[in-house]
Amino acid sequence: MTLVLSQLFTGISIGAVLLLIALGLSLTFGQMNVINMAHGELIMAGAYTVYVLQKVLSGAGLSLVVALPVAFVVAGLTGVLIEVLLVRRLYARPLDTLLVTWGVSLILQQAARDVFGAPNVQTRAPSLLTGSIHVTDDLVISSSRVFILVLALAAVVALIVGLRTTPLGRRIRAVVQNRDLAAVSGLATGRVDRLTFFIGSGLAGIAGVALTLIGPIGPTMGTNIIVNAFLVVVVGGIGQLKGTVIVAFTLGIVQSMVEYTTTVSVASVIVFVVIVAFLQWRPQGLFTLRTRSLA
Amino acid sequence: MTTLQDPPIAPSAAGRSARRRFGPGTGSRAAAGFAVAAVVLFAVAPVVLGDFRLGLLAKYLCLAIVAVGIGLAWGRGGMLTLGQGVFFGLGGYAMAMHLKLADAGPGQLPDFMQLYGQLDALPWWWRPFTSPAFALAATVLLPMLVALPLGLLIFRRRVRGAYFAILSQALCAAFAIFLIGQQGTTGGTNGLTDIQGFFGYDLNDPINRRMIYFIVAAVLLAVLGVAWQLMRSRYGELLVAVRDGEERVRFLGYDPANVKLVAYVVAAGMAGLAGALFVPAVGIISPAMIGVVPSIEFVIGVAVGGRASLVGPALGAIAVAWARTALSERLPSAWTYFEGLLFILPVVFLPGGLASLTVFLRRRSGKKASA
Repeated sequence: MTLVLSQLFTGISIGAVLLLIALGLSLTFGQMNVINMAHGELIMAGAYTVYVLQKVLSGAGLSLVVALPVAFVVAGLTGVLIEVLLVRRLYARPLDTLLVTWGVSLILQQAARDVFGAPNVQTRAPSLLTGSIHVTDDLVISSSRVFILVLALAAVVALIVGLRTTPLGRRIRAVVQNRDLAAVSGLATGRVDRLTFFIGSGLAGIAGVALTLIGPIGPTMGTNIIVNAFLVVVVGGIGQLKGTVIVAFTLGIVQSMVEYTTTVSVASVIVFVVIVAFLQWRPQGLFTLRTRSLA
Repeated sequence: MTTLQDPPIAPSAAGRSARRRFGPGTGSRAAAGFAVAAVVLFAVAPVVLGDFRLGLLAKYLCLAIVAVGIGLAWGRGGMLTLGQGVFFGLGGYAMAMHLKLADAGPGQLPDFMQLYGQLDALPWWWRPFTSPAFALAATVLLPMLVALPLGLLIFRRRVRGAYFAILSQALCAAFAIFLIGQQGTTGGTNGLTDIQGFFGYDLNDPINRRMIYFIVAAVLLAVLGVAWQLMRSRYGELLVAVRDGEERVRFLGYDPANVKLVAYVVAAGMAGLAGALFVPAVGIISPAMIGVVPSIEFVIGVAVGGRASLVGPALGAIAVAWARTALSERLPSAWTYFEGLLFILPVVFLPGGLASLTVFLRRRSGKKASA
């Protein structure tokens, strides 16, 4: 029983990481049909922000707290730069954006390699987050994993509240539902897009901060982690926060359970097969926006 | 309502003259093109290039074969496949398994299996590859047999655009992780290395390495011929029509899923063939050559050369591979920046690739003449 619970928690914490990464992707994909392949490198930017701040600031706890907003802005501005320079020119060609942003990710990776060096770097976790929590005598969960879970849920809540209540949120929802109608109603859709990209990219920065607690920071840290996050967005459905949340946790739990019963290498294949099977049932993802357009 | 489909890059079936400009061209022009390519590949290159360079060219030509398939699926069919590495790998591993078995001799285990020493006998799924006929057939048929059900499931349910691209990439990631995990039977991260012979010919002999080059060049020409036939046929027109207006084609009574499936499966077969030739040309196949990153790198040459043209993808793939060798050894950092720009600049500013440049220039000079 304890074993199942501890695997369940491993799955949930994998899911929390996936969720944190996929949130920003889902936001930009939903609004602009754009898959940002450089999302992983925005995560990397967030992670290196922690590394740099720890050089400047003394305390690990303080630098983590400062890093959250700073990483949000750093990654967000990088994202806006990508949007303004490249993505905006390619709205009519979403598939091409995939290739172009992949090019951006190569450049950002190499830039990180040139600035920080190719080997991975380490950061110190604040003492509060290095321990573990004993739920029962056998069931031990690490506090950094709990922190990431809380962070992911907080990001979801903030995003939901923001989308429901703020004027910007209302505009974003309008553009997601019908871009043309929003434009003729007087919305500056270009500006909304840019702000969405800022928030989506900023969330990647936050994810990067979280990842420093559980792994090393390196130039290729984004590539390794991003493929599953793309899957979460695709399976969750376009522009659907609840889909992203449910699928992220489900995928995390399925992965950890299958990995436990088989091996990591078999699990990756099984998860893929499960996803293709799932898309037979729901080809547009778990939740879809109901429109009258042809599927 | 924005759709996930890209707007036309090459003209659709509507414009015959336009089709001639971009497309495969008429019979006599194509024949002339093939003749030129054959002369360059069989007469010029072997004379001009030394053994080492010719070996490199053989490797580039393998990548060009993959590119022709991607050009068909993506340029003509609108399916951006970021997972051709899977099919390349299936073909490559099928070939490498046979060659390893042949190297080891009858009844013997391949060297790496003895090294890890967990196996007493050959795994059941290695056994058929002892037969050269089975292995040769498998290099093409195995990728196609994987692509067929997968494509059927995906296209029937109208999963397309970015969704399809992401799925193909995920498949690729899963496949690479799977191979790495099976250390004892696939060689894991190392892959299948140190291949000595090719159907009885010693690969260390420069003459035999030249022979491999000629085989690769001949296969590339054959693959181009197949692609040319497909593109100029009614099927080719239908494929472009599906790319540009899938719903319209559906309403005309065709099933777009089947149309796409053919291109996808053919592209998979070409990638498998390329993988199979890559093994004797380079002497190794490993997960590092078929994962997410190499798979997306297959696409870059296609984008640079001109995704919707016949020879553009092949030439683009050769050019990019050559640039990689030339730059990456001397300036590895500069090469990565350059590669990043290669993904960005042609796609943003010249979506038709270099193949469209000639048309663009011709149109400009034509305009000047008429004005």
